[in-house]
Amino acid sequence: MTIESPFAWAPGYYPGDRPEIVTSRFRYDDAHTLERYVATGGYEGLKAALAKTPADVHAEVRASTLLGRGGAGFPAGVKWGFTPEGVWPRYLVVNGDESEPGTYKDRLLMECDPHQLIEGCLIASYATGLSQCFLYVRGEMPLAHERIATALDEAYAAGYIGRNILGTDFGLDIILHTGAGAYVVGEETALIESLEGERGMPRLKPPYFPASVGLYGQPTIVNNVETLSNLPFIAREGSAAYTAIGTESSPGTRMIAVSGHVRRPGVYEIVNGSTTFRDLIYGDDFCQGIRDGNELKTFVPGGGSAPWFLPDQLDIPFEGPQAGAAGSMLGSGAVMVMDSTTDIPAAALSLVRFYAHESCGKCVPCREGGTWLYRLVERIVAGHGTDADLQTILDVGESICPGDMPHASSERLGIDAVPFPYKMTTICFVGPSAFVPIHSAMTLFPEEFDARVTKREERRTIPVSSEPVGVGQ
Amino acid sequence: MSRFTDHNVIVAKEIISRYPKQKSALIPLVHLSQEQNGYVTEDGMRHVAELIDVTPAEVYGTASFYEMFRFEPTGKYLINICGTMSCALLGGESLMHHAEESLGVRAGSTTDDGLITLQHAECQAACTEAPTLQVNYRHRYRVTHDSFDQLVDDLRNGRLDDEVPPHGTLGRNRQQIPADRLVGAVHPDDVTSGPSWVDVAEDAPAEGAAR
Repeated sequence: MTIESPFAWAPGYYPGDRPEIVTSRFRYDDAHTLERYVATGGYEGLKAALAKTPADVHAEVRASTLLGRGGAGFPAGVKWGFTPEGVWPRYLVVNGDESEPGTYKDRLLMECDPHQLIEGCLIASYATGLSQCFLYVRGEMPLAHERIATALDEAYAAGYIGRNILGTDFGLDIILHTGAGAYVVGEETALIESLEGERGMPRLKPPYFPASVGLYGQPTIVNNVETLSNLPFIAREGSAAYTAIGTESSPGTRMIAVSGHVRRPGVYEIVNGSTTFRDLIYGDDFCQGIRDGNELKTFVPGGGSAPWFLPDQLDIPFEGPQAGAAGSMLGSGAVMVMDSTTDIPAAALSLVRFYAHESCGKCVPCREGGTWLYRLVERIVAGHGTDADLQTILDVGESICPGDMPHASSERLGIDAVPFPYKMTTICFVGPSAFVPIHSAMTLFPEEFDARVTKREERRTIPVSSEPVGVGQ
Repeated sequence: MSRFTDHNVIVAKEIISRYPKQKSALIPLVHLSQEQNGYVTEDGMRHVAELIDVTPAEVYGTASFYEMFRFEPTGKYLINICGTMSCALLGGESLMHHAEESLGVRAGSTTDDGLITLQHAECQAACTEAPTLQVNYRHRYRVTHDSFDQLVDDLRNGRLDDEVPPHGTLGRNRQQIPADRLVGAVHPDDVTSGPSWVDVAEDAPAEGAAR
């Protein structure tokens, strides 16, 4: 049995001798209450922000280089600046639809410290002149829903939300909205469609960049839960205190969930930029190595959509460009570790099935290609595949991601890395994500597929019986 | 009964009032309908359509996209077993086999007594605690075959009634906004200027119009 985390109310979370920006209250079992929040510096960031002009608060966030934590890693302050001048109203949509395979951090932040998220929403809305905030929480998270509903009620009653916040002109409603189960809704334009009461299908960008044409066709900022949860610290302590942690290009901390075959799977708030995958997987303060003394075989560095890394890549730090050059991405902060006992085709199948299942059906290459990939990989794993199926997988993949696919380098196989990203024929990343795991698995572990398939006879002629039909016996 | 109760009509109208456009309330209202009836019925969808002034087909069109909405009678308890990578690596598939055997139903169906519906599910955002399942979306972590059997026994004997409400209920509480604190939602077409607390001159950062 693996080790259990110290706080029953925050399953999987482990503190350490590290700076804590967003998890500082996880040690308290009542961190979700207004009382505990205010007693531990809560809403001080909002007060500090309200003492400044909105433009100054925006400038402070821009100076912090806070990177978006939803997967793309784009600086939040820059994203805010894309809203066109003089167009009203503008909205904030909080992306709490966490469902990327392996990702487990936003749910903890919503369940354990909902006021921190609310304060982040208030600061963002003040800085950018937003008139209403919608907090979109994944439907399959009723505890987060309950905690946020209670926290919002408390904050309204205490004057932190609603009219004339803390006696100023600033007024904002925050509306809790619940999703109903669809991975693709984590994509920001699909999230907006869903919030408008539609099927959660992504919109074409351009023209539907949310910052200019978002919710109800108005400028809309979509930020991830973890991104917003960083704002109270930045507003309270200043951007210099934030950039003092981490590296220049990846400041602050970030939450990483490590799952799979490690001794201590868990959610860790790590120092951004400088921490390496080796630290995370083998460090005593983190996962403490591979279970049962086994060898590391491969790992997924940034959620199910990320190309896989090998032990060759362990020394890469949490810097987006470095991970990209090495053939993958940091994504949503989810590391899935596989040890030497792992059946690679079967492991890849668990992800291919996910993306085939979650395709919204809007783009043909994803709708049809994802399903085909799933059928092909399932057949191979079941032992009925042929070498022709392997080629078909690559052909189907080519129709979703034309050209070179990113992958890691391997000393064992003598291959060099192909850098991220890929080209794509679909609107959003769900389609390519169905191809990514099987492409990584086949590229990095070709022998496991060769051993699994039989050779299909090459057919050059159509077999014709020499006996005329219906003649004889 | 499939249309909203009088009480739920009041709840529904309050939810609708929070959005600048009423169709945004579609998903929350279908949740409310499912909570009331245990699953989503045709009459339930018709009533949602009336309340937000769209056609019933539009309600079904949206609702049928989302996995949490079930359009046929469902067990009081919906058990979703995760099969995505982190859980698959640590025995999710074996757990599903055990569950099918132990409950005597295949994934996707309901036990004869109508109590439990078993389903295959995708990532539940609890990957470090694999393998996981959800009962009416309440998480269970590091589930073993024994702890699964114990869970079913507890459900059958009503020992989890306080913790796990019947299928359809999401949060056991709802956001309540006091009328005197509410700013209020305005249709986007009726908004012509920025919020009072924004000095428009200040809100013109140099790169504001970038791109």
